[in-house]
Amino acid sequence: MASDKSKLGFYLLLAPLLLWLVMLIILPHVGLFAVSISEKVGIREYETGFGNYAVFFNEPLYWRTFARTAFMSILTTVLTLLLGFPIAYYIAKLTRGRTKTTLFLMCMIPFWVSELVRTYGWMILLRETGVLSNALQYAGVINGPVEFLYNDAAIMVGLVYTSILFMIVPLVTTLDSLDDSMIEAGYDLGGNGLTILREIVIPHAMPGIVSGCIVVFMLSLGNYLTPILLGGKDSLWFTGMIYSQFITRFNWELGSAFGFLLLGLSSAVVYLGLKFSGQSLSSTMGR
Amino acid sequence: MIPTIPQARLIKWSYRAYVTLFFVYLALPLSVVCLFAFHNSVFPALPWEGFTTAWFFGTDAPFIGVFHERSILRAIGTSAFVAAWVAGLSVAVGTCNAFLFVRHDFRGKGFLYILMLLPLIIPGVILGISILVFASSVANTLEDATDLWFDGLRPGLILVILGQFSFITTFTTLVISARLQKFDLSLEEAALNLGATKWGAVRQITLPFLMPAIVGAGVVAILMSFENFNTTLMLVGSDSPLTITMFDKLKQGSTPVLNAVSLLLIIISALLGLLSLLFQRSKG
Repeated sequence: MASDKSKLGFYLLLAPLLLWLVMLIILPHVGLFAVSISEKVGIREYETGFGNYAVFFNEPLYWRTFARTAFMSILTTVLTLLLGFPIAYYIAKLTRGRTKTTLFLMCMIPFWVSELVRTYGWMILLRETGVLSNALQYAGVINGPVEFLYNDAAIMVGLVYTSILFMIVPLVTTLDSLDDSMIEAGYDLGGNGLTILREIVIPHAMPGIVSGCIVVFMLSLGNYLTPILLGGKDSLWFTGMIYSQFITRFNWELGSAFGFLLLGLSSAVVYLGLKFSGQSLSSTMGR
Repeated sequence: MIPTIPQARLIKWSYRAYVTLFFVYLALPLSVVCLFAFHNSVFPALPWEGFTTAWFFGTDAPFIGVFHERSILRAIGTSAFVAAWVAGLSVAVGTCNAFLFVRHDFRGKGFLYILMLLPLIIPGVILGISILVFASSVANTLEDATDLWFDGLRPGLILVILGQFSFITTFTTLVISARLQKFDLSLEEAALNLGATKWGAVRQITLPFLMPAIVGAGVVAILMSFENFNTTLMLVGSDSPLTITMFDKLKQGSTPVLNAVSLLLIIISALLGLLSLLFQRSKG
């Protein structure tokens, strides 16, 4: 650690950081909160109050959409964990060298591509004239074209697809550091596959599981593209409501309140996840 | 279940089948997107009408290829412009942050570090609307006070750049800090002993050492900027970047020209992604 003889250099380094955090992160969020607690009473006349939040709690459509978004994000998180864990374990423990790198790369490539392209792919697959419907007709399973798009299952497929990498990467990293001899010792001591999974593998992978779950939940909660495109017009998703309040209805006060509620939920989940697992934000995210 | 422990055949093979199935699931959407880019029909849907490259090079309506479709070319230009600015800014600030966090000890460092990580856990849409609201209120105040126009603070490219910069900087900071932590300070001290100035030592010894991370972070920033949707959506004005243009076209109903753009995007992002890995690999 350099002793700070040149205070000037230190302040020159500090300036961009502060400028960035204050101007683009802190002040905008303070401003967002200020707008969310102002109620329009006339043209360019505002009063301070929690009226916008009251609107949210009194209008079932709003809070139901909020609850639905939260619930489906939790479901996405659970599904990605269940589906991703065996894959991560396979990559980390059952492959070596070149195969491992290749498999890992094959997992990464789809995620370098824009989410829009991935979602578009699912639209081509699932829609009425799409590949799946035609394939099933060809196989004789169904008689006419079937619309697989524009329902909750389609949203789930898309969300899981979009976020599974963020589960797999931290899992592979933590599982990689688990020494094989630990598992062997477990077998020597008379454990079977299940007890070893429960007593050795999962406890060891816990940091990866937590950070994966946090990231996946957050990404699903804040996702806009996938629910809107795969869920169609009736896909009630909270980010969609924020968008329509801001851009379509031009009701920024209510939109800001919605935004703050979403931010609150997402922060609460991150906070609880970290508390629950006894980790800190820097150890989970700062990698 | 590890290679040294014998497993029942059935379990082993069903595990492999599951892994294979998973990779099919991963590859399927991208494969069909690529496949239908060559579809000789105005719909990216079955039945298959034959093979064509018109969606890339075609000039006659309705088969206007990517390379002749003005709106898409303009959107690619806009995206490239935004990405260049975002990458430049976020790498510059990220490098400063790395030096600050790795080399200096000061009061409130831990707090600032947490603050620096926050953009990772703020949903993109919220980041977008908060910057939109803040910029608009600043613009309103300034316009009321001065009677001038402040269009730069209204939805448009400047806000898009700032919005993307606000969270991509966290990534560049993390990537560059990780490399700076591995730097052996005695190298810099040796340069100082040999008569270099502080800045000269940093420029000639430390920055070249950081170069792989700086370039890698730049590539990642370009990738993230190109494909960002959530934050951009809230801040976009009349010039829309590629993802927004494609989203609008997709909502109206798509032709395979979107598949052709997507195919190009897949190729470019895969190449950029591999490039960034190569740079991270050469960390040594």
